Amino acid sequence: MDVSMTVNGKEVSADVESRVLLVDFVRNNLGLTGTNIGCDTSQCGACTVHMDGMAVKSCTVLAVQADGSDITTIEGLASNGQLHPMQQAFWDAHGLQCGFCTPGMIMASVKLADGNPGITDTDVRHGLEGNFCRCTGYENIVKAVKLGAAAMAGGES
Amino acid sequence: MSRYMGTSVKRVEDPRFLQGRGKYVANLTLPNMAYAAVKRSPLAHAMIKSVDTSQAEALEGVIAVYTGKDLLEGTGGFKCGSLPCGWQVPDLNTPPHNPLAVDKVRHVGDGIAVVIAESPYIAEDALDLIEVDLDPLPAVVDAREAMADDAPLVHDSAEKNMSFHWPLGDEDAVNEALSNSDHVVELEFVNQRLIANAMEPRATAAEWDPATESVTVWTTSQNPHTIRLLLGAFTLGIPEHKIRVISPDVGGGFGSKIFHYPEEVIIPFVARAVGRPVKWVSSRSEAYITDAQGRDHVTKAKLGVNDDGTMTALHVTTWANMGAYLSTFAPLIPTALYITLFAGVYKTPVIFGEAYGTFTNTVPVDAYRGAGRPEASYMLETMVDLAARKLGMDPVEFRRKNLIQADEFPYQTPVALVYDSGNYQALFDKVEELSDYDALRKEQEAARAEGRLVGVGFASCIEASGPAPSAAAVGLGAAIGLFESGAIRVHPTGKVTVLTGSHSHGQGHETTFAQIVADEFGIDMDDIDIVHGDTDRVQYGVGTYGSRSAALGGSALVKSAEKIRDKLKKIAAHQLEASVEDMVYDQDEGTISVAGSPDAVKTFAELAFASIVADNLPEGMEPGLEEMTFYDPSNFTFPASAHVAKVEIDPKTGEVDLQSYAAVDDVGNVINPMIVEGQILGGIIQGVGQALWEHGIYDEDGQLLSGSMLSYAMPRADRFPSIAVGSIETPSPHNPLGVKGAGEMGTIAATAAVSSAVLDALAPLGITHLNMPLTAEKIHRAIAVAGNGGGE
Repeated sequence: MDVSMTVNGKEVSADVESRVLLVDFVRNNLGLTGTNIGCDTSQCGACTVHMDGMAVKSCTVLAVQADGSDITTIEGLASNGQLHPMQQAFWDAHGLQCGFCTPGMIMASVKLADGNPGITDTDVRHGLEGNFCRCTGYENIVKAVKLGAAAMAGGES
Repeated sequence: MSRYMGTSVKRVEDPRFLQGRGKYVANLTLPNMAYAAVKRSPLAHAMIKSVDTSQAEALEGVIAVYTGKDLLEGTGGFKCGSLPCGWQVPDLNTPPHNPLAVDKVRHVGDGIAVVIAESPYIAEDALDLIEVDLDPLPAVVDAREAMADDAPLVHDSAEKNMSFHWPLGDEDAVNEALSNSDHVVELEFVNQRLIANAMEPRATAAEWDPATESVTVWTTSQNPHTIRLLLGAFTLGIPEHKIRVISPDVGGGFGSKIFHYPEEVIIPFVARAVGRPVKWVSSRSEAYITDAQGRDHVTKAKLGVNDDGTMTALHVTTWANMGAYLSTFAPLIPTALYITLFAGVYKTPVIFGEAYGTFTNTVPVDAYRGAGRPEASYMLETMVDLAARKLGMDPVEFRRKNLIQADEFPYQTPVALVYDSGNYQALFDKVEELSDYDALRKEQEAARAEGRLVGVGFASCIEASGPAPSAAAVGLGAAIGLFESGAIRVHPTGKVTVLTGSHSHGQGHETTFAQIVADEFGIDMDDIDIVHGDTDRVQYGVGTYGSRSAALGGSALVKSAEKIRDKLKKIAAHQLEASVEDMVYDQDEGTISVAGSPDAVKTFAELAFASIVADNLPEGMEPGLEEMTFYDPSNFTFPASAHVAKVEIDPKTGEVDLQSYAAVDDVGNVINPMIVEGQILGGIIQGVGQALWEHGIYDEDGQLLSGSMLSYAMPRADRFPSIAVGSIETPSPHNPLGVKGAGEMGTIAATAAVSSAVLDALAPLGITHLNMPLTAEKIHRAIAVAGNGGGE
């Protein structure tokens, strides 16, 4: 089936099988391998991307369902060589170790923090319960999201 | 002195991960690449009557299908060998482990056939078209039941399913001491099966170069050189120098990526057979039934104590589940990494421990974060709590009474180890302060008066990290030495490439090793690159596990840096016309000058260039600036910890609320406090996971009931309070950095501390013990039974 969508600001289209998952489409068809696959039951959140302004687990979306959508992956978050404030916050707060959950964690965090500069520990922890990290123990991720939330509110936007 | 050591430098590897540029094996694409999928056994124990691959082979897009027999018989004079065990304890029974099963499957997930296809989707489709006729056999899943006379045999060659029996200590002396003790506390318990769940599932890709008859294997490994050695010497039969193993960015390991896995044999074999590069990526469901799992002990323990609170003797028997085959280091875990830790931080005068390693129809068991040491700590701390409760003593007071004192190091334990350094009293002081222990106890008292179930848990643990020296490790069963290599290559412009045999899969070596080398030379970290994980680039490596990298890999770099500084001093002395003895290396500035003549000075970069120009070197000196060290330390290092956890249990649901947690750890000198704290924090959460939720559950037929992230309870962000972390530093005298292992201490202590807190909360109900995980259901049932006067 033909699908067309905007991914990280670029128009893309392809002929894909109807069963192809969005995550496989961005990884295999577009070569955007920053979006990782950590499970096959939609638990871990490693594959989180933005679809029409929402954080979604791209393993739960078929590529054909994303037809006509506006998709942002981790590769599309930094602009003009500048890290997004949430990326910077994860770096500053040591919110990552092996880095595998990080793209999904950051994509989820950006939406969680959007318009919520004073987000609390509890809100961050509940907001990220669908994103697994096996390395950090979450402590520094919570710090990072709070830092990032404040920075997003204080930034150019 | 130092500019980087001891400071929280931000990680240099992070920008690529933050932007989705991690080079994980699953991301690799090679021209003309094909994709593999493995047909796996749905049964835990069965004879393979037939495997019909014809329909799968006929599917459009399928390139080839191979069975276990095909791999054994080989193609083109090239066949696959049995996966070896790299840790040989006395009288070890090591049955063959073929990369794909041939006559019999022995666990759910055992490989039967492999499909190579044009896409991963087609390869998966083809799996359904392979017809496997299995004749089911009865299964055995419990480590102790496996030794029963009527238990089904997993391997015909292993009588009573026994792989090994490993005793340590003077059993008669222990029995006598127990009979002379005022009290003996006894307990039988289970340390449950865990599943590592590194966030990146395993993956392997391979490409043959027919021109040189060599192969490159990309694999998610913590120790690529070991994988190359095993491929060359055992499983692939290709000369080792014709094999390149690359483990690029690896998304967490926690032990599960140490081992040599069947797919690391199968994929290079099929890549050669079909003449194309082939990639296999594990799904998460596949990971649950193929990645080596952790723990799974059944244990009976007896601890003797006297009325005054002194520990007199310890006797422990453990049945350790090895699963269906011996994984690469499996026999090490319940022996030299477990029984030798039974002294803990205490002065128990006599100790006897023994372990039976048994085969069952379950996924193989091997190292998982802590590997033997969390099992030892959990056993010991549980027994210590029981003894303290028996005597009516505060558990911290009881522990303090038995602690090894700061002036008693080096300390010889009754179970073979000699502890390097420590100050356990200081650890206790600091964690009592950090957790506000006295206030917690008062809070508990008030809560109990209201009928609330509040518990305070304490755990004080030792870890033996970086098993060494090689002679001792080999004496304990290691098939190869456990040293580490580190090379430093200084380029003509003074820029530096470091080649380390350690492997980073989250630990941040690209930062910490650069900190070490930058300070050794007095140069900027930006001028240093750390290379790891590629057997064609790095000379040799033993890899990263057992919290060994800083102590061994880091120390190897210190030694190589010393050699380079010595050479630079000689060049400087020659060019400045002074004696070598008068040369002073300023590690702040990166300069060498003549003592007393600060103007007679050469910079690091000038001297590096001089070594390459090579027209004015001391007579007989070789040009160039590159040094390598194989560093073999004199002993393990012994980090220690004291952790305090507070929980409250909802009596209606049995749900445990972890309300506060304080951890004080001694990992010796700290290279990067931010990274060490991150290791401790992550380790704690994994330890809490074992105490409260995680469990690899097999039913009696050998089906894994918790075989996905839906059913295996991974720790989530919303289940934790903020963790308070503190530290003390007693440097290890066994390595030039004074560091101790930091990677596993959190896990080792946290399991015991949280279990202790839950049991403390339940103690007023007369509940003396519950096996982990301490789930709401289990606690709810125990409370109900206790409420009915049934006790537990």
